[in-house]
Amino acid sequence: MKKENYTISIYTENNIGLLNRISAIFLRRHINLESFTASVSEIKDVFRFIIVVQITEEQVKKIIGQIEKQIEVIKAFYHTDDETIYQETALFKVASKLLFEDRQIQNVIKSSNANIVTVTPEFFVLEKTGRRNDVEALYNELEPYGLMQFVRSGRIAITKDKMHISKILENFAVETV
Amino acid sequence: METQTQTIKKETKVSTERMKGAEAVIRCLLAEGVDLIYGYPGGAIMPVYDELYKYQEQLHHVLTRHEQGATHAAQGYARTSGKVGVAIATSGPGATNFVTGIADAQIDSTPMVCITGQVGSHLLGSDAFQETDIIGISTPITKWNHQITKAEDIPAVLAKAFYIARSGRPGPVLIDITKDAQFGELDFAYEKCKGVRSYIPVPQTDLHSLEAAAKLINNAKKPMVIFGQGIILGEAEEELKKFIEKTGIPSAWTILGLSALPTAHTLNVGMVGMHGNYGPNKLTNECDVLLAIGMRFDDRVTGDLERYAKQAKVIHFEIDPAEVNKNVKADVAVMGNVKNTLAQILPMVKPNTHESWLQEFRNYDTIEYDKVIKDELYPNEEGLSMGEVLRRINEETKGDAVIVSDVGQHQMIACRYAEFTKTKSNITSGGLGTMGFALPAAIGAKMGAPDREVVAIIGDGGYQMTIQELGTIYQTKVPVKIVVLNNEFLGMVRQWQQLFFDKRYASTEMVNPDFVKIAEGYHIQSKRVTRREDLQESIKEMIACKDSYFLEVCVEKENNIFPMVPTGASVSDIRLE
Repeated sequence: MKKENYTISIYTENNIGLLNRISAIFLRRHINLESFTASVSEIKDVFRFIIVVQITEEQVKKIIGQIEKQIEVIKAFYHTDDETIYQETALFKVASKLLFEDRQIQNVIKSSNANIVTVTPEFFVLEKTGRRNDVEALYNELEPYGLMQFVRSGRIAITKDKMHISKILENFAVETV
Repeated sequence: METQTQTIKKETKVSTERMKGAEAVIRCLLAEGVDLIYGYPGGAIMPVYDELYKYQEQLHHVLTRHEQGATHAAQGYARTSGKVGVAIATSGPGATNFVTGIADAQIDSTPMVCITGQVGSHLLGSDAFQETDIIGISTPITKWNHQITKAEDIPAVLAKAFYIARSGRPGPVLIDITKDAQFGELDFAYEKCKGVRSYIPVPQTDLHSLEAAAKLINNAKKPMVIFGQGIILGEAEEELKKFIEKTGIPSAWTILGLSALPTAHTLNVGMVGMHGNYGPNKLTNECDVLLAIGMRFDDRVTGDLERYAKQAKVIHFEIDPAEVNKNVKADVAVMGNVKNTLAQILPMVKPNTHESWLQEFRNYDTIEYDKVIKDELYPNEEGLSMGEVLRRINEETKGDAVIVSDVGQHQMIACRYAEFTKTKSNITSGGLGTMGFALPAAIGAKMGAPDREVVAIIGDGGYQMTIQELGTIYQTKVPVKIVVLNNEFLGMVRQWQQLFFDKRYASTEMVNPDFVKIAEGYHIQSKRVTRREDLQESIKEMIACKDSYFLEVCVEKENNIFPMVPTGASVSDIRLE
């Protein structure tokens, strides 16, 4: 079976130990996380993990089973890249003097659609949001000039189809009563 | 919906009582119907022990000699009583000594609540004396765990712990309570947990899956059932019996399914797996429909998955969605508690007998009897065999005893040859294979089923891993019968060395102490048997004894367990020698 990029979305209760439980599921099976982000979701008190892994569909199905087995996991989904809208954000810290020493860098910045977050006499910070290859393209262009710092976020993703989390939560609530 | 739930809870709140967190722990246990706990005191759990002193009339505490013993005793108790086992220990080493028992309970789905003390919350993360991150350590081996740092959280968290431990597919829960939470005060009121948002203990059964399963069963020419512990945990013994009797399907069991169906039942065709019976292993690869009921296709059951029941349509009756399609692809998955799903499918299946198919199992039985069983049960050699010890125990107990086995050759002999008439009678460490399990588990098993005879069958290796629990037996006067089958070897490892490592017996030979003297030191009646002519009388004497009894049987040193499915082989390549 072919390995593919899968975006795993996990809706959970806010629980301090859950991150540990979820990461242990991957660790135990030697599955490397390509990216990992955690945030609040569209529902109050419900959190959302977005994990990107490169594995087979059979593997990802089993992983979803193990994740959903955790008590505080409400629901987990997996999607291919085609089924999601996804972005990553990167920050580039560059020496300000380069702007004057090499005019070419100004063209790179202009054509990159990157935002300038801050400028000081010593450095300026660029923010670039897009797909991995957009971020990498800018990285490759800026890298020869010398980067003072670089950091890239994990993937955030929204799915094209509906998740029905509110409905699932309603059903839980009914059973609880 | 959520807010509605909360309002209902608020309205039904009963009057509260002001008390310390430590007392609240005891009151929670009492409210859950717990009257017996196993444990070991220490600094960080002392406030709870102080309250135990006050409540000793209502809540009996068994002091084991090691925290691991407390967990196994709680497991044994849970498995014969069907209730949640409770173990309690201090922080640090007390908590880490729980780890093996918790892992064992997790893999064998045993309902257990473990309570550990923890250093004061202001010291968390400071490498304080006896501080250990037991939440981090126990995360992968618990169904759920939680650390309590405030007294007022104790009732709700413990209620949730018991609910999670016993509901759905059961498992161990660990609750870590900081010392300040034990000393802190709260307004106590207890309400049993009725549900946890985000947790579905029993998945819904799809009617279509029942119809599809019934269709496969009704059209099957060579159907076969393999049932597991799901039958026992779901208390579905009657439902299983009715189902197989109506359909006439030959039924085999996994090691943890053992005793759910009486040994003498005509449709009971024996054990599957590595040291299982010849027929069910062979015929797994010949059946046309394989019904897996409350079992999880462990690798010791399936052997090589690429050559496992490929010809069969697989129907999986299962409570845990993560187990479906994990190892063996199910053509039909029937989700739910087997007690309900088997009852639901019963009117949908047609009465049948599979005489000639059942005969195929019997034919293999004959081969196995001639090649293996006869010599094991009625050996011609001078040395005693483990099998003849089990045969004598069967004769004396008439299959009514609870058999607690440890891990290794004697375990396979016990599971293969012990006869059972009642359910919840085979207590063994199946998934984790924990040597040292049996002695403490037997203590708990007897306390969980005080009216039943409990016989622990242990090897000389595993016995010495938790031998200190003889102290618990002496102190509590719990009348368990202990049989050590002494071959002066770590027998199962030695067997593998003989078969797969050219007889290089690296570190498997044991120079043992005088076990009888050790038992005598604990004032336990004891005897050693070395000759066949003394065996029957000794077992008779042991069973007749009203108190605990220790019997050492010196058996043949280099006997092997057969049949055997070697690792990586297919179940149908099972070897008889």
